[in-house]
Amino acid sequence: MTVATTDRTLMEGSEALVRAAILADCKFFAGYPMTPFTEVLEHFAELLPAVDGVCINAESELEAVGMAWGAVSAGARAATGSTGQGLALMQESFSEATLAEMPIVIFNMSRSQGDYFQATRGGGHGDYRHIVLAPQDVREGVEIVQLAFHLADKWRNPVMIYGDYLLAHTQESVSVEKVDFPPLPPKDWAVDGSTSGTGHSRTVTSLGVAKPGEREFGQEGKAQYIATKMAFLEREVRSESGHCDDAETVIVTFGSAAKFVKYAVAQLRDEGLKVGYVRPITLWPFPMDAVHDAAVGARVVGSFEISSGQMVDDVRIAVAGAAPVEYIGGVSSDHSGFGLGRLLDVDEIRERIRALHEGRPQPVVPGYEEFSYEPLPHQLEGTP
Amino acid sequence: MSTTIPLGPVLDTTVAPGAGARVVEPQLPRLLFTNTHHLCPGCGEPLAIRALAEALEDLDLVDTAICSLGIGCYTSFSGTVDVELVQALHGRAPSLATGIKRMQPGATVFTLQGDGDMVNEGLQEVLHTAARGESVTCVLLNNGVFGETGGHMTATSVIGQRTKNTIDGRDAAYHGYPILIGDLIARLEGSAYVARGSVHNAGSVARTKKMLKRAFETQRRREGFSFVEVLTMCPTGWFIPTSEGPEYLSSTLGEVHIMGELKADGVIRTTEELHAENVRKAAELDAQLARGGLED
Repeated sequence: MTVATTDRTLMEGSEALVRAAILADCKFFAGYPMTPFTEVLEHFAELLPAVDGVCINAESELEAVGMAWGAVSAGARAATGSTGQGLALMQESFSEATLAEMPIVIFNMSRSQGDYFQATRGGGHGDYRHIVLAPQDVREGVEIVQLAFHLADKWRNPVMIYGDYLLAHTQESVSVEKVDFPPLPPKDWAVDGSTSGTGHSRTVTSLGVAKPGEREFGQEGKAQYIATKMAFLEREVRSESGHCDDAETVIVTFGSAAKFVKYAVAQLRDEGLKVGYVRPITLWPFPMDAVHDAAVGARVVGSFEISSGQMVDDVRIAVAGAAPVEYIGGVSSDHSGFGLGRLLDVDEIRERIRALHEGRPQPVVPGYEEFSYEPLPHQLEGTP
Repeated sequence: MSTTIPLGPVLDTTVAPGAGARVVEPQLPRLLFTNTHHLCPGCGEPLAIRALAEALEDLDLVDTAICSLGIGCYTSFSGTVDVELVQALHGRAPSLATGIKRMQPGATVFTLQGDGDMVNEGLQEVLHTAARGESVTCVLLNNGVFGETGGHMTATSVIGQRTKNTIDGRDAAYHGYPILIGDLIARLEGSAYVARGSVHNAGSVARTKKMLKRAFETQRRREGFSFVEVLTMCPTGWFIPTSEGPEYLSSTLGEVHIMGELKADGVIRTTEELHAENVRKAAELDAQLARGGLED
């Protein structure tokens, strides 16, 4: 999946992502403004009408996802999006839309990497998973947006693009070109009104109910059907690894942070330190095998993430005891609370990796020294 | 000039009929797979859904129809109505209908929702869809109670109405007032047709079907958002004998949620105005009867 770069243009990340979505034949978008996602909505509003598409500024995130649900049920490629708080409002629809097999694409421009659990576990009801794709930069984002629409239709399942402030707002020199994917079967399940009254009218439902002649699942049967489908989605695992063959220290990292980690790893390699990295491109399915293979033979595995330690859970599951796993990230933001903060700095990251490699404690996250929690005496009573 | 209309002839039910009853024409609307349903005896929703199916058929809109279906007792019709269907979450049918209509502008897109679904959980959905002038039809089946959960208060339950969580009757001071959803929608510029019907007797069913047809015609002509509320009996959720459902509807819900057109041809008539008109008509009728007969 590579794109030949011919004409490159300096373009804001969100505009490039939206142009990529339109190249993927996205015809509908609904969203509600929220930093740092807002510009995605702005660009859809500007660009969709020119391709006979529709962008609606919804009354809330609840309706935004509902509108996208309606649009995909009518056979169109459609998307919605927000940041963590707005996506929290959409959770009920995300899980139910998965049961209804709705290929909705979700643009998650998060305020940090602390929405990893929300993205990979979700807060909705029942058994469901979404493929979550985390591009490291705008150039990769252009390809990943198109992949997201392809995978959503391929599996009839929601797919999320996990970006952040940096991805959405950075101007990069990019070429937005169409990526070709294998053809997909026609959407003979989508509604257009034409089968009403024929005795074979279509039903798009999460409930497992059916009309005469349709396959009837029942509610439990539908849940089982979707649960067993999720195992097939795990085949879409994607990751990138570097310098892992002889690495004593392996760093796992994703999204915008990964680009900084990769640079720091290259610097440490120049110094002769045997460090490597694994970058999950799909956060779900998590690249269990790639992380495990890198961990076998390593002295230690570090999870660098801009959160209080979420992906590290998946890293521990993947490593499965092959090496000790340490969390070397931290909570870090700018004053607005929207960005990724001072921890997103090659020098900071390099020294955290070096400390892990040399078995030293991690430095304090810069700028937050005074905010460390101090327990009161009664809170420590009865604890070891 | 006035004439007296004789009361009669009346079918004599004291003797057996001379011949068995027979079907004189097909009784099953084209869009219904079956005449049976899964709901309680005395429920008004099957009548409303039948009227809806007949309205689409009468207007020759059958092969364009798409329903965005809410969650409630009526959801059990998803397998028995031959209309393309997209199942929505509770309260969310209008936003799905919006997405469907924008991508399939030639389709006749309607929602089917209950009062809990539309007026409680999804109030802002239907109001914003109306305000946008979305070219869809929202149909509300209003029985003033959560029937499916077993009879709990909704936003349209009337003052004094007994439900499982208003045991002594809905008390305005404690539970607040019912929402007259049709009036809210009629005031929005994006709405083109707003009506409130009922299914508690044959006349009101026929009138409701006309309202549904006007709503779908409004959509077909792309004049804006259209809305039909249908008052339906729920004897189970009202804790009354099945046979008393129509009378209870007429005397309680029907006295607050007044039947009539709230917005048509650009003219808004409030529920209060409809009520005043009903009072005036009843007074006229009483006066005529007192004079000994009905005028032409």
